Amino acid sequence: MAKPEETYQCQTVNCGCLYDPDRGDRRGKIPKGTCFCDLPEEWKCPVCGAGKRVFRPIAGPGSVKEEGS
Amino acid sequence: MQSFEIKPNVHWVGAIDWNIRDFHGYSTNKGSTYNAFLVKDEKVALFDIVKKPFVSELLHNIHAVVDPGKIDYLIVNHVEMDHSGALPEIVERVKPSKIICSEMGKKALIEHYHRSDWPYQTVKSGETLSLGNKTVQFLETRMVHWPDSMFSYLAEDRLLISSDGFGQHWATSERFDDQVDHSELFSHAAKYYANILLLYSPLVQKLLGNVQKMGLEIDMIAPDHGLLWRSHVGEIINAYDEWSRQTFKNKAVVIYDTMWHSTESMAKSIARGLMQEGVIVKMFNLQFSHRSDILTEVLDARALIMGSATLNNGMLPRMADILCYMKGLKPLNKMGFAFGSYGWSGEAAKSIQEALEEMKVEIVEPCLRVKFVPTHDDLKQCVEMGRKTGKRIMAG
Repeated sequence: MAKPEETYQCQTVNCGCLYDPDRGDRRGKIPKGTCFCDLPEEWKCPVCGAGKRVFRPIAGPGSVKEEGS
Repeated sequence: MQSFEIKPNVHWVGAIDWNIRDFHGYSTNKGSTYNAFLVKDEKVALFDIVKKPFVSELLHNIHAVVDPGKIDYLIVNHVEMDHSGALPEIVERVKPSKIICSEMGKKALIEHYHRSDWPYQTVKSGETLSLGNKTVQFLETRMVHWPDSMFSYLAEDRLLISSDGFGQHWATSERFDDQVDHSELFSHAAKYYANILLLYSPLVQKLLGNVQKMGLEIDMIAPDHGLLWRSHVGEIINAYDEWSRQTFKNKAVVIYDTMWHSTESMAKSIARGLMQEGVIVKMFNLQFSHRSDILTEVLDARALIMGSATLNNGMLPRMADILCYMKGLKPLNKMGFAFGSYGWSGEAAKSIQEALEEMKVEIVEPCLRVKFVPTHDDLKQCVEMGRKTGKRIMAG
């Protein structure tokens, strides 16, 4: 699994889906090694369908922990 | 229960579960129903299935309308097993040409029944399916309340088949909202919202907006549990709007567990103070009250006041239960404080306060702790805390 600063989590209530760049998103046809910022703008959360902007890194700048929700 | 025509050529063919009393931790004191709907058109479609033990009731009800082998399409609005448990038997019996569900529905069905060979057809929001004279429009309702959830709308009948939305756990011989006691119906609907949907309130708001935007004219809502709405459609939609905005009354819920009645006498004194200020108070001793009944009262309360005696350096386990349950349901816009009697270490009230803070409850008073048995002055202080909180509630 990638570093927590590079791993992004969906903030939709009760979703919590993780985007791990080391794994990519097979169903969304995103190859392994794609960093979150390089995901296409129309990419959707594979669990709940939310857009990219609903995701936050799990640590570091921009994370819920550091900036609050 | 016999099948029952709810709209021309649309039949209720579900099952009534008179006996269920515990629905994964939700107390269903009056049972439930698993509603399924059969549409007989040029194509025959079955919307939603039932829980596994009720498969023969479903088949008997279908038989009364049409030979089950004549069903063309199975529509799975929601994969949870109370609505899909009988699916393997039904697929075997019906041999449908299509199983229609959302993309997440297909994934979840395969993860439940391990049959990737079934004839799935996935649909997205806005897509339609013609049954001949009737057209079905699908509306995905992701995370209301599972990723797979969707509604089906029969345009010609202005009928919204709403899956778990607008449902109630209530087993009745009647099928429609206007055939039962109105206030009991709404209390079951509120309990369902508080215990199943509360956490999804922001998404419910969005969904209500989408339904309005799509301009769906609705004159009947057919949920998968409980009574169908035909006379109080506007009222239940308004109630969902209010519940999902988490509006509140001038009401406080006092929840406690007690070892030797000391925390209980504190709770009663706090309640007395609240009542003196004109606040509606609901008291729950956790020994006698079910978590899901408590959450129903939390739904429209302004204040959450929670107390426990200290046991082995922590709170009593029933308090941990309700806090864990409540945290998951994410109530918003609450104020409150913690209290409890203790002997020497006294962690319980502090731990409750931390849990309330974690739920973003506005802490209006520092936690109130009393050693062993409260004195008259201690109880006066409890009344005072109740009054102070009551004043804040009444100030709006």
